[in-house]
Amino acid sequence: MKLGIDGLHKAFERKIRLAIMSVLAVNSTLDYNALKEYLDISDGNLASHLKALEKEEFIGIKKSFIGRKPHTRYFMTKRGKKAFDDHLKALEEFVKARKQG
Amino acid sequence: MKEEQDYIRDIADMRSMMERSSKYLSLSGLGALMTGMYALIACFVAYKVFGIDPGTLTSSYTSDGAFEPTLLKVLFLAMAVLIVSLVTVFYLSYKKATKKQEKFWNPTAKRVLLNMALPLVAGGILILILVAKGLPQYMAALSLLFYGLAFFNASKFTLDEVRSMAIIEMALGLLSAWFVEYSLWFWALGFGIVHIVYGIFIYYRYER
Repeated sequence: MKLGIDGLHKAFERKIRLAIMSVLAVNSTLDYNALKEYLDISDGNLASHLKALEKEEFIGIKKSFIGRKPHTRYFMTKRGKKAFDDHLKALEEFVKARKQG
Repeated sequence: MKEEQDYIRDIADMRSMMERSSKYLSLSGLGALMTGMYALIACFVAYKVFGIDPGTLTSSYTSDGAFEPTLLKVLFLAMAVLIVSLVTVFYLSYKKATKKQEKFWNPTAKRVLLNMALPLVAGGILILILVAKGLPQYMAALSLLFYGLAFFNASKFTLDEVRSMAIIEMALGLLSAWFVEYSLWFWALGFGIVHIVYGIFIYYRYER
């Protein structure tokens, strides 16, 4: 895994990716439109960030059909969950260390 | 290099995103307060104006086999309260959501509504069946019980305080079934007073 100097994930440097992971951390699966609504960003933007996270294997995709329309749902993988938790912990520890120091 | 303030903001953003996408926080306390008032007015109308107490009715039919006319009035009254309450809560929640610059209708809202609707519809149908079968006195008890169940079910996806309210409503529903002759009073307590207290609490805590 790519880690920054302070244990923070490179993949999470972009705020929007962190937001995607936050939303998927508390929802077992979400479809594209739900994600878009929570994050309030454009289609192209969301698609590229989703692709990046998928490439890291932090999120997975479930494809199904509702009638004839394809329906894509996203979920957080175990690997993604661990990365997200570690990232949050690193952030919190970093802030705590700063406060004490 | 990011600064400490950025990290603190990152954490706060993540936490708020997690909460916002898992819980519907725009449920209006003011709406609950209004609903409580409507319920008290409805009890007053049933008791004083129509002069009936649903808990003391022992049959849905008059002696010549026709449907009890006062019962029909109570059913219409209950339906009217339900519709007016729903409209009020939807409207005030819409306003609360807009004020917080959030969407009124989002996947969490859908989840809350679906989780509430199923127990409520089941309870509503059961009440109508019992009324048709000649057991109208359990109307109040069952509406409290199923209302409590519906909110208990939905409480995972909205404000934590909803859970306590739901448990109180369920308890009142059961008491009301046992002390059935006082069920109108339990109903006034559950749908009136409990809503008003809950509404004031939520209003002061989150909406001021």
